[in-house]
Amino acid sequence: MSSPLVEVSAISRTYAMRSGMFGRAAAVHAVDGVSLTIARGQTLGLVGESGSGKSTTGRLVLGLEPPDRGAVRFDGKPMTALGTTAWRAQRARMQMIFQDPLGALDRRLPVATQIREPLDIHGIGTPAMRDDRVRELLRAVELTPAHGARYPGALSGGQRQRIVLARALATKPDFLVCDEPVSALDVSIQAQVVNLLCDLQAQLSLTLLFISHDLRVVRQISNVVAVMYLGRIVEIGSADDLFARPEHPYTQALVSASPAPGRRSAGRIVLSGDPPNPAARPAGCAFHPRCPRAIARCASEVPALSAVGGDRQVACHLVTGAATRDAA
Amino acid sequence: MGRYFAVRIGRAALTIVLVVTFAFIVLRLSGDPALMILGPEAPPEVLAAFRKAWGLDDPIWAQYFDYFGAIARGELGRSMRDGRPAIELVLERIPATLALTLPAFFFKVALGVPAGIYAALHRGSGIDRAVMMTAVAGFTVPSFVLALLLVLVFAVQLGWLPSGGQDSWRHAILPIATLSLGGAAVLARFTRSAMLEVLGQPYIRAASAKGVPWRKVVTSHALPNAAIPTVTILGFMVGTLIAGAVVVESVFAWPGVGRLLVVAVANRDLAVVQCILLLVAMTMVTSNLIVDFLYGFLDPRLRSKGAHA
Amino acid sequence: MTPLVSIEDLRVAFNGVPVLRGVDIALQKGEAVGLVGESGSGKSVTWLAALGLLPRHAQVSGSVRLDGRQILGAPAGELDQVRGGRIAMIFQDPASALNPVLTIRRQLCEALVLHRDLQGNAVKAEARRLLDLVGIPDAGRRLEAYPHEFSGGQVQRIMIAMALAGNPDLLIADEPTTALDATIQAQILELLSTVRRELGMAMVLISHDLGVVAENCDRVAVMYAGRIVEQAPSIQLFADPVHPYAQGLIGALPPLDGPRRRLTAIPGTVPDPAHMPGGCAFAPRCSLVAEACGLAAPTLAPIADDRSVACIRAEASRRALLGIAAE
Repeated sequence: MSSPLVEVSAISRTYAMRSGMFGRAAAVHAVDGVSLTIARGQTLGLVGESGSGKSTTGRLVLGLEPPDRGAVRFDGKPMTALGTTAWRAQRARMQMIFQDPLGALDRRLPVATQIREPLDIHGIGTPAMRDDRVRELLRAVELTPAHGARYPGALSGGQRQRIVLARALATKPDFLVCDEPVSALDVSIQAQVVNLLCDLQAQLSLTLLFISHDLRVVRQISNVVAVMYLGRIVEIGSADDLFARPEHPYTQALVSASPAPGRRSAGRIVLSGDPPNPAARPAGCAFHPRCPRAIARCASEVPALSAVGGDRQVACHLVTGAATRDAA
Repeated sequence: MGRYFAVRIGRAALTIVLVVTFAFIVLRLSGDPALMILGPEAPPEVLAAFRKAWGLDDPIWAQYFDYFGAIARGELGRSMRDGRPAIELVLERIPATLALTLPAFFFKVALGVPAGIYAALHRGSGIDRAVMMTAVAGFTVPSFVLALLLVLVFAVQLGWLPSGGQDSWRHAILPIATLSLGGAAVLARFTRSAMLEVLGQPYIRAASAKGVPWRKVVTSHALPNAAIPTVTILGFMVGTLIAGAVVVESVFAWPGVGRLLVVAVANRDLAVVQCILLLVAMTMVTSNLIVDFLYGFLDPRLRSKGAHA
Repeated sequence: MTPLVSIEDLRVAFNGVPVLRGVDIALQKGEAVGLVGESGSGKSVTWLAALGLLPRHAQVSGSVRLDGRQILGAPAGELDQVRGGRIAMIFQDPASALNPVLTIRRQLCEALVLHRDLQGNAVKAEARRLLDLVGIPDAGRRLEAYPHEFSGGQVQRIMIAMALAGNPDLLIADEPTTALDATIQAQILELLSTVRRELGMAMVLISHDLGVVAENCDRVAVMYAGRIVEQAPSIQLFADPVHPYAQGLIGALPPLDGPRRRLTAIPGTVPDPAHMPGGCAFAPRCSLVAEACGLAAPTLAPIADDRSVACIRAEASRRALLGIAAE
């Protein structure tokens, strides 16, 4: 197997959060020692609730902001410094799409112009070739040249997200970070975009980092899924296996909280307590105050992410190796 | 809560220090006070004596601190025209100005706020449109034009009211009307948009969904929220009580602070101009402080932000 | 038996543009009914219109009966008794549904004073009991707090407490968990089902999330472009949807277990209410569309005791689904 396209080793990012002008600054550990590898042509899904650090991880991986500690390697080479020529060349190979396509588009320009923009910026091809490429991209996202002539305001939410996708694909990137790309869309439109993403990934052998709070969508599109809680990965494993047999108590609660047609809520794990506050992370395992199975050790010792058999890794004192797994 | 106010008071004090510093710099830039007061023909030893007497040969930072001390004691120099202390000249004009601006402030609020609320509650109705048209007119017509119009109609054409001077309460009617109409228009527009903004909030619908009668939704849910932005503009209006009538006082020959300012500027009477500017700055800062305090009382979100910070 | 609430041919238009085009739905006492559909389908508008909560420029017609009494167009005083007293409502974004400048106590007691015969200390005691009931710890002290001092999940609990204040017979929960994280959503849904069971209250759960509705409701109505297109017991609807749109919605939902399959995306987008197609509004996106679909809008017709569907191709659609299942 070839080397992974993206290698993230122990990246951390801390923000100083001030409340008010003279308030004391609190350190918010948005991301804390996250390591990931994404193999070429594969999709890594990153799930978690608000404040889990999944979006910050996406920005760090893409080099939109530098990590305080740790490193990101892309195609075997370290991430170059922001703003340099090398960075720009590297950036053309990696793109990002966000939840809100309207915010990502300029309302005053026809969308075809905006799809073309990265080609102009990176000086790819002759002007005539660029026009062809724009048509080709519109076709790739299942839109017509007529859509290209429109302004963002004249398109539906799903169409706008396709435009954003077409623009991201303009420079033929190898790697795409998608941050909640379908969360704002209605179910039927969401399915269109998810199918499109799957098709494009297969056709263009894209590597994806897919960030979402929606377990179903993440499972649909991902090969490997990592679950984050308060800045750390608490469980990682192959998508089907992870959702079928979650090991970490938090993953179990998340899976159990995801409602399913045809199943009544009996036997659901309902976590008590409020969503976690990144500015006041509990000592030990950050999840222990809400964990139904917490023991004394959980309050003092941070569990490390360790292999528990197969390709699964879990950060929990109560889940250790194959023995527990078989017993469960 | 205490922290919120402490921060605000600190900021107000800082603003005043900056204003005084600015006045000091302007004063020094405008030329040598000894030469300006004694004239270019004064003999050098007189000039030297004058400088020594007034501390003008001290280092600049010592003069700067002396200046602060003088201002704290209310010593703001003497008018070049009649040699009286500038502060006295200004203070004796204040009642005349307040005689216009205080009633005008009252009428602005009494007219503008209810008109704005009514227009917002009956959005799109004939009355809303009429209020808004009047407001736009009041907003765009400069006060001297309005003043001249009022003089033309009520003094010249109808002859009901005097066109200028300060001999009786009847002389105050036109200036007050001029000030009130413009201000009321601004306030009506502002209140209306603040109210519309609040009426569109989900908690207004939620209150109706609880079964709260509409009248009570307006008084106990919408008004307290709409008051928050409206207080800003009210604070600004309080800040203009002292010197907000420059134009109107000039047009109606009303002997207030505004007219004094115009005359002092024309005569290059620096001490008086400086005194008025400092006074205006301080009223502005004080009214801003009052607005901040009111915010603290009206908006619990600000209060706790200060407390938890 | 007279239904608790029965809505007939409810229509709403904004500036002449119809957004609700004839909705019929009835609710029995204590029943939990889900209302699903995409944004703009009219799920929320139905109940805002029924309770007279739409802006004045909305044109509303039809009939809404509560215990047989017409409440559509009823005088304001009568409506104020119904709202909060008989039918309470909670909203999608709980943080903005509470007045930011009033304490929780004032907002909670306001509802109590309006709908219950309580005075003085009894009001405050009842407010405290309600906060306890919805699981706000330290209720006595927290009553004096302002909305911004609570987390999103807690604010929704407070909204529920406020809705319960008037002892309503029906709770309309409009996307009550959409703005919340998954684990908090589970808490709120559990709370809703607990209070419902204890108080015997009926509920309408409005949601775009089929899973949420399926798990929490006895019966589901699917809305599309201002109409109900299918109504069925929730187990039946999810096992055997008849309307092609309902089939599409269920097929568009990625499974969380079992083998992965390609999602059956519905092509196209929701029609613009100002340019509604003639006939069935779903026809332009429907894979089973026939010529007759463009002629007249199909009416909601019973296909079994407790099921109805608005589709002239219902039989074909059912066969198509069975065909897929047989493969």
